Amino acid sequence: MSPTNGLTIAVPRGALFEDTVELLSALGLDTQELRSNDRKLLFEDIGVITMRPSDVPTYVEAGAADLGVTGKDVLLEQAAQSPGEGGRDVYELLDLGYGRCTMVLASKAGPDPALEALRRLGVMRVATKYPRIAARHMEETGRQAEIVEVKGSVELAPLTGVVEAIVDLTATGTTLAENNLVVREEIVECTARLIANPVAHKLKAASIDDFLQQLRSLPAARLG
Amino acid sequence: MSHPIPSGTRDVLPEETREVRAITDALRRVFERHGYGEIYTPALEYESVLARADMAEAKPAYRVFDESGAVLALRSDMTVPIARVVATRYAASEPPMRFCYFAHCYRGVRPQRGQPRELLQAGIELIGSPAPQGTAESLTVLCHSLDAVGLKDYRVGLGDASLFPALMASLQVPDDARAGLLEALALRDFVGLEHALADAGISGEASELLLEVPQVRGGPDVLAQMPAPAHDAMMGLRDILDLLEPAVAERVIFDLGLIRNIGYYTGAVFEVYDPALGSPIGGGGRYDELLGRFGRSLPAVGFALGVDRLHIALAGEERGTGALLAGSDEESASGDGTARGAAGQTPVRSGPTG
Repeated sequence: MSPTNGLTIAVPRGALFEDTVELLSALGLDTQELRSNDRKLLFEDIGVITMRPSDVPTYVEAGAADLGVTGKDVLLEQAAQSPGEGGRDVYELLDLGYGRCTMVLASKAGPDPALEALRRLGVMRVATKYPRIAARHMEETGRQAEIVEVKGSVELAPLTGVVEAIVDLTATGTTLAENNLVVREEIVECTARLIANPVAHKLKAASIDDFLQQLRSLPAARLG
Repeated sequence: MSHPIPSGTRDVLPEETREVRAITDALRRVFERHGYGEIYTPALEYESVLARADMAEAKPAYRVFDESGAVLALRSDMTVPIARVVATRYAASEPPMRFCYFAHCYRGVRPQRGQPRELLQAGIELIGSPAPQGTAESLTVLCHSLDAVGLKDYRVGLGDASLFPALMASLQVPDDARAGLLEALALRDFVGLEHALADAGISGEASELLLEVPQVRGGPDVLAQMPAPAHDAMMGLRDILDLLEPAVAERVIFDLGLIRNIGYYTGAVFEVYDPALGSPIGGGGRYDELLGRFGRSLPAVGFALGVDRLHIALAGEERGTGALLAGSDEESASGDGTARGAAGQTPVRSGPTG
């Protein structure tokens, strides 16, 4: 029996890829092809499908994968924003510990332009790839904000005067510093999470519990 | 030319309608054979009437004003309207009462998720029959219905909405921490549950129990390993099991963490799963306090199936494809009540809409 018990796992390409593949190797999965072929998406032999991290909840919720690995930032961004509204219907089973980074509010160094905007204009403009997390943070802290969603480098927006602040993920703060931006507030810490399809969680309970057990019994260092 | 209809709604054309009719006809025959009388209620109700029930996530989403300024709402399920009917039109009738329905209900959606605003539900309500007999009858009708439709690999997850609150009470979880723990569980977020336990200063055995019990699911043997604080709920589940005929009992997966996203459930709750669909086909449970809110206090139990989801699951089973069928190994020979994986190797198909 393979370590994944015939389960299908959605593995994120990108920042979480290396650690996730390491984890699967540690469980005894043959990940050689997974490492060497970055164009292939479907690795049926080992029950792995690869995709961008923000797509993982979509595939897991639909049942195309039984399990998936994605960042807490992705889960928070896709979570229900208000009571009565459905979030992603997936189980969050395990904090994998790696991929640790922080969601922050940052603005240009020196006197905080966001504070000045709030004081004089009553509203601050915030650029982000995480519009829902940003909007929720501003609401929870009682400030009016105009959220500007961007897809590319968020750091560009405050430098060009499009916005006064950004909400973004940072691991080391290097990119922020290079662009003369400083962290003003830490919003939430994010790590990689193991999620499960709600139907698979019931119909494949033994396989999933066994997989969880294998993960938990790895040396602690593996789980960040 | 483009004449759009609202997202989450759709037209059903003759070929599909024929297939859906075959499903609803089969369901109707089973419901009627078990003595359930079909009823219709208005799609529009006074908002204040529907608001008597605690609907949580499934609360009505669409409201209009009528000509006198009263607020009307499109019903979001049939359980609440039937509770109203029982309290008014059957105020003096001798229980038990049995009703079935085939009706469109209306829910709010998140954009671009393929969720329906308008969904066709088929279900029953058994009013005035307490646990465990009423629950067992409801599960029996459910399984007979799905058998009649021709669904093969379905399973029914069975839990108890009172289990986790009872566990919290007996472990003396502080009152102000309970809502947060329950919310994490309702969100299916076990990482969040662990954090919430730590934040509330709960540690040691209490913390382990609160984290482990809701993750227990499997065959009847899981009831044996239940800790003492969950004893009542466990006995309740065992009593139901004892009343089920073997063909129904073998469909049941006990799921001690099962929570439905509707607030009016009080005891046993259940959900229907099929390996051909990534989301539940339907579900139900006991709502022993809902009727009281309408002025006629009676225990009650019922279920609703999403007809479109049932249709998708059936089609998936017929083709041997479906969300969880692809590439899955045969599991379950162990008889531990989990998984009835079926063969299939064609590409996966995403399920949910209905």
